[in-house]
Amino acid sequence: MPQDLAERYRAGVMKYAQMGYWQPDYQPKDTDVLALFRITPQEGVDPEEAAAAVAGESSTATWTVVWTDRLTACDMYRAKAYRVDPVPGTPGQYFAYIAYDLDLFEPGSISNLTASIIGNVFGFKPLKALRLEDMRLPVAYVKTFQGPATGIVVERERLDKFGRPLLGATVKPKLGLSGKSYGRVVYEALKGGLDFTKDDENINSQPFMHWRDRFLYCMEAVNRAQAATGETKGTYLNVTAATMEDMYERAEFAKELGSCIVMIDLVIGYTAIQSMAKWARRNDMILHLHRAGHSTYTRQKTHGVSFRVISKWMRLAGVDHIHAGTIVGKLEGDPNSVQGFYDILRETNNPQNLERGIFFDQPWGGLRGVLPVASGGIHAGQMHQLLTYLGDDVVLQFGGGTIGHPMGIQAGATANRVALEAMVLARNEGRDIWNEGPAILANAAKSCAPLKAALDTWGEVTFDYASTDTLDYVPTATPA
Amino acid sequence: MNDAPAIDLEALAREAGLPGLLADLDASLVGLAPVKTRIREIAALLVVDRARRTLGLTSAAPSLHMCFTGNPGTGKTTVALRMAEILNRLGYCRKGHLVAVTRDDLVGQFIGHTAPKTKEVLKRAMGGVLFIDEAYYLYRPENERDYGMEAIEILLQVMENQRDDLVVILAGYKDRMDTFFKANPGLSSRIAHHIDFPDYSSGELLRIAELMLSGLQYCLSPAAREALVEYIDRRREQPHFANARSIRNALDRARLRQANRLFAAGGAVSPEALMTLESEDLRASRVFSPSGDAR
Amino acid sequence: MRLTQGTFSFLPDLTDAQIRAQITYCLGKGWAVSVEYTDDPHPRNTYWEMYGNPMFDLKDAAGVMAEVDACRKTFPNHYVKVNAFDSTHGWEALRLSFIVNRPKVEPGFELRREEGAGRRQRYTTRSYATDRPEGQRYP
Repeated sequence: MPQDLAERYRAGVMKYAQMGYWQPDYQPKDTDVLALFRITPQEGVDPEEAAAAVAGESSTATWTVVWTDRLTACDMYRAKAYRVDPVPGTPGQYFAYIAYDLDLFEPGSISNLTASIIGNVFGFKPLKALRLEDMRLPVAYVKTFQGPATGIVVERERLDKFGRPLLGATVKPKLGLSGKSYGRVVYEALKGGLDFTKDDENINSQPFMHWRDRFLYCMEAVNRAQAATGETKGTYLNVTAATMEDMYERAEFAKELGSCIVMIDLVIGYTAIQSMAKWARRNDMILHLHRAGHSTYTRQKTHGVSFRVISKWMRLAGVDHIHAGTIVGKLEGDPNSVQGFYDILRETNNPQNLERGIFFDQPWGGLRGVLPVASGGIHAGQMHQLLTYLGDDVVLQFGGGTIGHPMGIQAGATANRVALEAMVLARNEGRDIWNEGPAILANAAKSCAPLKAALDTWGEVTFDYASTDTLDYVPTATPA
Repeated sequence: MNDAPAIDLEALAREAGLPGLLADLDASLVGLAPVKTRIREIAALLVVDRARRTLGLTSAAPSLHMCFTGNPGTGKTTVALRMAEILNRLGYCRKGHLVAVTRDDLVGQFIGHTAPKTKEVLKRAMGGVLFIDEAYYLYRPENERDYGMEAIEILLQVMENQRDDLVVILAGYKDRMDTFFKANPGLSSRIAHHIDFPDYSSGELLRIAELMLSGLQYCLSPAAREALVEYIDRRREQPHFANARSIRNALDRARLRQANRLFAAGGAVSPEALMTLESEDLRASRVFSPSGDAR
Repeated sequence: MRLTQGTFSFLPDLTDAQIRAQITYCLGKGWAVSVEYTDDPHPRNTYWEMYGNPMFDLKDAAGVMAEVDACRKTFPNHYVKVNAFDSTHGWEALRLSFIVNRPKVEPGFELRREEGAGRRQRYTTRSYATDRPEGQRYP
């Protein structure tokens, strides 16, 4: 910086860009943490200054010059906004790229990482709105995290289930069932052909059903279904509770009863999630995460944190399952974005893929993969679409689509399993399931009355609404 | 049956890309006129067989196992590769790959080793062509405990029962193959097509040499060409002559000498010089020395 | 009961043509296919007997089908499954595993309970067939 240092550190207020937070010539280092923000500056604030402000407020700066900077290697600690691009087709919004030195962060702590990157800056007045779109975590930082306690491959080996998506269902109604009634739903669904059943996010320990009761009845159901089919089964016992001590107690009890999996909600916070991931790794348990609450900050395009960033954080934090969208179901999900989330969760490394919203190459340093869960308004009639969009490594959760089946819960589960196996078989045989899907299902239904009933009931149901969180990028023409 | 529509054989062959394959065979393989004729005959037979099948006139899969006889370097492996491709295009060979083996790949040295070895090779060759070079070594009458017989028996079974899955080509010298078949009539009776590969004439060998060189972007100076003609005539009179293979070896050595010559000369070198083999590169061969040793 | 381990157990038993098509798919992906059999179908019986080593570098399903047939002929009343192994970095595990033969009668499993304090149960799953020694379980 060819600036007189005494001048630079004179008390008073100075533009962030002048303080060194805007460095268009900066070449990011391989060990830098990179963040891409979508910024919407207030009228009259130029985008470079807004980007510099974001860099400043998410790293070392405060609103005024402080001489104590000079007691530090502040040039290094300062985050650097190094690139600002207008968002294609969206006036007033900009993509700001910011680089952070690795030494700004505590090893292996999502809480520390997020306290920096999204700690203060989202309420900053000169910006109308701010969204964290993507991050590049350097492999040096990735390696300080445990990653998924179990991971996709080991989970499959433990369950001895290969070659197809896993099937699950959330017990419905969400609230009000007694422990005994609740276990009935679990037994029927598992015996009928599902691999997993699941507590809903807000099933914890309420007056109508305390947690120990639920766990005991559920494990009776799991073991009965396992003996009836000769197949491993599981139910995600939600151990979310008010305190860490309560969560550990519930998780320990689930383990003692022989459950292979426990579940937590995103709302318990990053520290609690990492604690539970370490517990799960120590105890050979699979850890399921319900992304309860995420839509409060992931859904709107201009403000908040993209789910692709949450996906990266959760892979680092070490969960084994995470709800990541269905594309075809009842909840928000642009196809390309959702496939981008799946790539982030599952792949060994993510090359940049703008079409799917992945802005940076992301190495995963050998961290295991997270199994995405597709849940919310999906049914057997969409099997060809689900398999095409989401691939094999996913849990397809048919809650209503199992429990609401006209012939009963077992029949609902069987319908889903037969539809799935028939579709995988056909795909592997080289058939074009995207186009032939309905015919393949109709054919499988000939020898499976429950599937026929499911197709008759839900065959035509779709949720065709425009996504709110779509991607903004201009496809660049590639020479043919 | 007479009401069935007529079948256009040419269209059937065209669909399979046969004319292109045969033309390519003609263009890229020098000489071998009788071999090419036999391949055309076999191809015609298969096209007709396919036409007959569409009318339901035959059901049994035709036997396609073959025997290629001829001296070393007469193009047996190359033709086997082409044959695999032709069979694949005509729908008689699902994958069209070639697995080339010799006795050592099939026969074990200890009791119980042969069957797994042979089966392993057969599994790899399924869907393609199994090419067994010098097949007669499988049979060693002088040693009655030899495990080769075990390999032959497994081979026979597959040749008979899995005609759809595998085509076997046995290859080797003509006289030895004849003796081998006399001793193993079961094998002989399962070979449908015998193709004899003649030695190349001197003119053909020269053309082969020129084809090889142009493929490598080399050429011969007029004097070098003369030297090569002379080389070929001398070489074929010497022991261990292996047709095209001997020519390839001679050219490899000539390239080595050319490189040494250019290097020793030092200084700048023109593209022409880099591409051209000179007479001396060939005439340094011991074929031209009075003792006349092939190397 | 019908044992529902494996990828396609909810479908009618696969025909040879269907089995061949699945094997062709696996070979096309470059996976090594293997055949395993057992007469102890307990869900935690991880190690079925290997009917030969995994078959590497095959081009065509015919070779695998021959092994499947041989295994089924040798053990007509055992469970037989076809596995496909993917050695790609980051996976290095099975990709597909499906049953291609099962005993004529499948007696299933008993669930044993051992009552403990606080309403706890210890569960044990036991295959009825394993009452008899190995090799004599599915007459």
